[in-house]
Formats: sequence, C-alpha cells, structure tokens
Amino acid sequence: MEPLVHLRGAVVLLGRFPALAGVDLDVEPGEIVLLRGANGAGKTTLLRACAGLVRVTDGDAVVLGHDLRADRRAVRRRIGMLGHATALYDELTVVDNVRFWARAAGATVAHADAALERVALPDRLRDVPVALLSTGQRRRVSLASVLARRPELWLLDEPHAGLDQDARDLVDELVRAAAAAGATVLLASHELDRAEAIATREVTIAGGIVRGDRRLAAVTAPPPAEVPDAG
Amino acid sequence: MLADAALVAGKDLRLEARSRVLLNQVAPFSILVLVLFAFALDVEGDTLEVATPGLYWVTVLLSALLAVQRSSAVEAADSNHDALRLAGLDPAGIFLGKAAAVAVQLLVLEVLLLGGVALLYGTEVTGVALLVATAVLATTGVAAAGTLYGVLAAGLRVRETLLPLLLLPVVAPVLIAATSAFELALGGRSGEGWAWCGLLGVFALVYTAFGVLAFGALLEES
Repeated sequence: MEPLVHLRGAVVLLGRFPALAGVDLDVEPGEIVLLRGANGAGKTTLLRACAGLVRVTDGDAVVLGHDLRADRRAVRRRIGMLGHATALYDELTVVDNVRFWARAAGATVAHADAALERVALPDRLRDVPVALLSTGQRRRVSLASVLARRPELWLLDEPHAGLDQDARDLVDELVRAAAAAGATVLLASHELDRAEAIATREVTIAGGIVRGDRRLAAVTAPPPAEVPDAG
Repeated sequence: MLADAALVAGKDLRLEARSRVLLNQVAPFSILVLVLFAFALDVEGDTLEVATPGLYWVTVLLSALLAVQRSSAVEAADSNHDALRLAGLDPAGIFLGKAAAVAVQLLVLEVLLLGGVALLYGTEVTGVALLVATAVLATTGVAAAGTLYGVLAAGLRVRETLLPLLLLPVVAPVLIAATSAFELALGGRSGEGWAWCGLLGVFALVYTAFGVLAFGALLEES
C-alpha cells in the first residue's frame, strides 16, 4: 500500500533557518501518529509542510499521492488542519463560520450542521458571534470546521490545548472515529499521556529531523454510527 | 472560480453587515474629510466648486485605503489567511470575491459622499449616467488594485503603513481620470467625459486581469 504521507530528506527553510533538516517519514492510511518533541523541534513545521502551507525546498514530499514540491495546492481540500489559532472570523456567528469553511472546502451546509452537532456546542451559541465565545468554545467551533470538511488527512497541532476535560475527551473520540473511518491523523502534542492513549505510533522529532519511531498499542474504535465520513 | 468568488464576497459582506465598520467608522471619516475640505477652501468663492470632483475622489481614495486594510486585516487575524489557503479555493475566486466586496462597500460610500457633496458644497448633480459609469469603473479599478496590494502587504509587520505607500501611486491614474470625468459630468458636458470613462474601463480591466493572474502567487508567498 502506498504511504499516505511520504517524506524523504524533506527540508523546510524558515528564512535561512532549517526548521526541517531532512525528515524521513512514511505514514500509512488509518494511522494515528503522535509527533513528540520539545518546543521548536519542528512538529508544527512538519504539519504545515504536509498541508502545503510551507515550501519543502529539498528532498521528497508526497502527500495523498501529490508531490508537494510540484503542486502544494492539490492536496489541501482533502486535509483538515487544527492549528494553534482557531481560524474563525470574530464577527461571524458560529454557524456562519462553520458553514463558510465547509462550503469553501467543497462540503455542504448539511455537513457543517452535522459537524456542529457532533462537537456538542450548546444550541444557544449557534447564532452568537465567535468573538463572544470562550477559548474552549472557539476550539470546539474550529474542530467543527475541520470535521465538516470530512478530511482524509487530519493535521492536529496541540488539539487539547485550552480545552476542558469534556472537550479533550471529545477530541480523542473524534480522532479515533476519524481513524476508524479510514482517515489518517498526524497529531503534535505535549500532553503525552493523553495523546499516547489514542495514537498507534509515536514519532520523536528533534532539531528538525526524526530521532525516534515506535509503534503504540492499538486503539479502540467508537461505535460506527458516530464515525465521521473521511471521504 | 465564480462560485468561490461569490462565497468569499458573501462572507466579506456579511462580516461588514455584522461589524458595521463601513457605516460606523469609514463613512463618518469620509464625511469629516469633506467637511474639512470645506473649511480649508473658501465656501463662498469658486475654489470649492472647481475643486469638488477632485476632493470627492481624494476622499473616496482615502476611504478605500481603510476598506482595503479592513479587508486584509480580517484574513490576517487568527490565521484565517492559512485557512483560506487550506480551503482549496481558487485564488482567482478569492481575489474576485474580496475585490467585489470592497467595490460594493465603496459604491455605497460614494452614493453617501455624493449626497454629502451636494449638501455641503452645494453641488448640482448632473450627468447622472456618466457619474454612475465613472463611479462603477473607477471603483472596480481601485478595489482590484487595493485587494492585490492588500495581500502583497499582508505578511508584513508594517502592512498598515506600507499599503498606502504602495497603493496610492498605482491608483493615481484612476484618480485623474475619474476626477476629469466627474468635472465634465457636473459641468454639464457629459459628452466629452466618456473618453475618460473608457480609460477608466481599461484601468479596471488591467488591474482585475493582473489580480486574477497574480493573486494566487502573492497569497502563497505572503
């Protein structure tokens, strides 16, 4: 089977600084890969490189069958990324934000509404501008925006940050459900106990290169009825 | 491309409807500029009457800077810029959508300013067809150039101060042509003004075409 993510000697320069200094990594479909490493190790840059948001200047970089060095845009619609920022328009309501990002990625309003249901945000908040939401609530809306896209590849950068216990559990549940539905997940986190509990593999990054790679125990998938569509 | 443009334009106009930045900040600023021009120039003499078309378009351009900065700022906030790239929208569609939203806002403002000019400067509005055509074409050119330079400056820390520096020289020809067309329309010589209008059409076409072609590359690198 072709790896979903194939990086070989991948280099990303931020200015003149090599944020990735020759990463070798293959990720198979359905894997949940935990990226661990100290601050500045290159985890976020690796996720951004896989999303085609930064240029891979050297080496091979193939994601979802597309060579990122030739065309970074081709894969984007099939990727869902949850970064440090929530990527929401403050003045727009919760429902407007999720519907906009869903439609922008080629999904429907129905997918957006279903995703909003899935993140269990109270109904009374649906028509509230996101500027009025708490950090945790904004993260839930952002998560709904990712869910609504029905991505094949999930790129999650510190997805548990700023969330309460229920929301953290929800993130774990959605990640497991996505993987069970056939999606692949790359997850960067400092919350190792929690992340290791859902990951199938752990990749350690330091100094912009992969320093360690080990399999973790298999995860338990949730009931199929709750599985988001990965296609 | 057009579907993406409609989606982005709808989003930007909804943002404006919710935030009311145009209504509550840009429009009062524009009216204030008109009032200051009236104070600076002699209301009783001919100076103000002669200068009205130029003052009108200078005010429009100053207001356009605010509208374009606002249009860029909403994408710069909260990594929306990255999310827009990640959405896989056609860059030309994003450009056309954002430019269209800026143009709609500016046209509303121009109607308001025309009322302000009539009221404050005592200008008699004549040559309506030429005025409308001039306003539409000049606004298209300004919105297209503004959206393009907005994304060019978006990744820079000094974008607020750099944008006027980049944009004003580029839209200077629009200012000259639109002022000339307005002068002729308001002076009752509309027939002579259509040549200026044609020139504005060329500017609008060139800026829009350049934006459609270049916006994607600028969005990636900003």
